Amino acid sequence: MNQTLLFDFSVNKETKTINVKREFAAGTGPVWEAWTNPEILDQWWAPKPYKAETRKMDFRKGGYWLYAMTCPGSTEFKDQLSRMDYEEIEPKKRFSGFTAFCDETGKVTPGSARSLWSNVFTENNGHTTVAISLKFDKLEDLETMVKMGFKEGFTMALENLDQYLETGV
Amino acid sequence: MFARRFAIKCLHDMKTRRDIFQAIADPTRRAIITLIALQAMTPNALAEHFKTTRQAVSNHLQILSECQLVKPVQQGREIYYELQIDKMKEIDKWLEQFRKIWESRFDNLDKVLQHMQKKQKDETKPKKD
Repeated sequence: MNQTLLFDFSVNKETKTINVKREFAAGTGPVWEAWTNPEILDQWWAPKPYKAETRKMDFRKGGYWLYAMTCPGSTEFKDQLSRMDYEEIEPKKRFSGFTAFCDETGKVTPGSARSLWSNVFTENNGHTTVAISLKFDKLEDLETMVKMGFKEGFTMALENLDQYLETGV
Repeated sequence: MFARRFAIKCLHDMKTRRDIFQAIADPTRRAIITLIALQAMTPNALAEHFKTTRQAVSNHLQILSECQLVKPVQQGREIYYELQIDKMKEIDKWLEQFRKIWESRFDNLDKVLQHMQKKQKDETKPKKD
């Protein structure tokens, strides 16, 4: 991980909000493009070893992004998709939306929590800082997001990867 | 017999499982947690600390018990409330996993942006003869 780029992660347990801030070594043009163009989103949205696959993208107020998470050699989460319903959009400045789990048709999974996201893009000296605010209702929602999307095996995979990178084993 | 009691406890836990963030949002409950983190205390002892009624403290303890942050333990005739450290750690565990997911995403995005910019540079480079 690049140590010189800002990465802030904080949780407000009282307001049930997670705030993330990350600086990227590029202007708002390409960064906005990366966050809103499905072809590019598919390249980075899923944490390794997963890969995002866009099924449908309609980036406008009232539109939504429907995507699957796939893992090579695994049928895990085959029917478990996600959707982001877009609310407010200010091109190259900010966008917000609700995210939830759903099926292939985009129908929200019963009991799936909807979390409200808002992303703000700020450019400074050729770098762009993205401030993400994620508001959820209950701890269980956070657990579900982590569990359903990325089971414990994923975390172990991350730890294995860290170890691999450190020791080369 | 044991299996039946265990099953009942599991069902009970599932039904009364409470919103843990809401539980720790209350300042009095946070103060209770801080106190019993040092040593288990009885509801009476806690009530003295807060100059509040025993009933009010019992209500708080009930909420904390329901999300398994505290546990009542019988000692002689008294019931002491203990802090369940594991549950506090569990919240942080989920948050840590969530943070890792974001970290991984952003590392991916760094590479994608690098690639995008390199591609753009290559495309605007003057062609050599």
